Amino acid sequence: MKLTTLTLAAALIGGAAWAAETAPKDVVFAEGGAIEVSLTGVAGDPVEGANVLSKRSLGNCVACHQVSALADVPFHGEIGPALDGAGDRWSEAELRGLVANAKMTFEGTMMPAFYKVDGYIRPGDAFTGKAPEAPLSPLLTAQQIEDVVAFLATLKE
Amino acid sequence: MRFKAMTAIAALVAAPLAVMAGPDDDELVINGEINIVTKTAAPAHLDGALTEIYSGWRFRSDETQALEMDDFENPGMVAVDAAREVWDTVDGSEGKACASCHNAVEDSMVGVKAVYPKWNEGAGEVRTLEMQVNDCRTSRMGAEAWKYEGGEMTAMSALIAMQSRGLPVNVAIDGPVQTAWEQGKEMYYTRYGQLELSCANCHEDNWGNMIRADHLSQGQINGFPTYRLKNTKLNAVHDRFKGCIRDTRAETFKPGSPEFVALELYVASRGNGLSVEGPSVRN
Repeated sequence: MKLTTLTLAAALIGGAAWAAETAPKDVVFAEGGAIEVSLTGVAGDPVEGANVLSKRSLGNCVACHQVSALADVPFHGEIGPALDGAGDRWSEAELRGLVANAKMTFEGTMMPAFYKVDGYIRPGDAFTGKAPEAPLSPLLTAQQIEDVVAFLATLKE
Repeated sequence: MRFKAMTAIAALVAAPLAVMAGPDDDELVINGEINIVTKTAAPAHLDGALTEIYSGWRFRSDETQALEMDDFENPGMVAVDAAREVWDTVDGSEGKACASCHNAVEDSMVGVKAVYPKWNEGAGEVRTLEMQVNDCRTSRMGAEAWKYEGGEMTAMSALIAMQSRGLPVNVAIDGPVQTAWEQGKEMYYTRYGQLELSCANCHEDNWGNMIRADHLSQGQINGFPTYRLKNTKLNAVHDRFKGCIRDTRAETFKPGSPEFVALELYVASRGNGLSVEGPSVRN
């Protein structure tokens, strides 16, 4: 009995959390690739966003992009454009679209989609080289996307 | 258009910070006598996708480059020396060693690696050097097949490759191998895995650029088997393919699989004109 109550309570809490978050398959891209609405409804944290950009195990954005504001992080790549001034060049909605799935803005871009779970060729279980045993998770969570967008918005020339 | 413009701006911004840009101009001569072509005109079938082709050696640091310039410094030669003994050692039910049919490796294997993978008429299939070695072991020697990308096979493959050092890679792409070559080409441009990356994304569109701390080469395989400082052993080319595809967060293919045989044929052909360089040294 007690267990049932607890489970029910957990389900309600879980349900509320899910309701506020847009799942990868439900994301609506505007013409041109922007995402107008926050994926979580919770304001992004730019400090955590910088962490996501820097960490190999998270976004690892600096693997391809130079970011002067993250000069203390070693080895910035030169594959994509430098992100300095991104907050001037793009609106928050455009930044959200670029981080979630840049292919909606730039057709054929090399940049991986960080908030997408299907449409892949031979997707694997992370970096194991094996087929996945469960549905794929997006590369970043909805809140991590919002955090990255919040950080990018601070990059003004 | 917008993207191109951004890329151009990025290049200007990035320039002062870049540690290296593109391949260097160093020339590779091994043991002071074997001239290795590490830069040459791209083969016609690349159709302008690359105008010049470069060995991965050109993208490495002076220290790493030096290890390949002298066989006494090349850490891959330890395995090659072991393979040299195996060449002369009888194995299997038929009482034969490699040398029983092929005599001295320095004579019989000259030029062999340069044309592999190639069509085997009797078997009706494209064969890699490793497949041919295992066919010799099982059907002629009555010996156990070696693991495709295992240490014994990779060492033997390095010993054989070494006999062609300095000779140009010259893999056939038409005739009976054409279907496999087309398959390999399609794989080269397929964006695998959750990161949706093809071979071409890094090695055709971004060679010379840094991706985090790695300096991207053209992904040429003329230097395989390759001794990697990263894992301190000789690496088979299919093992490298496996790792690359795994790193796109994909379900990778198996060493020795028909897919990797086709990919090896295609990627080898992109290096037609470079010298055979194996066993090379990379990081």
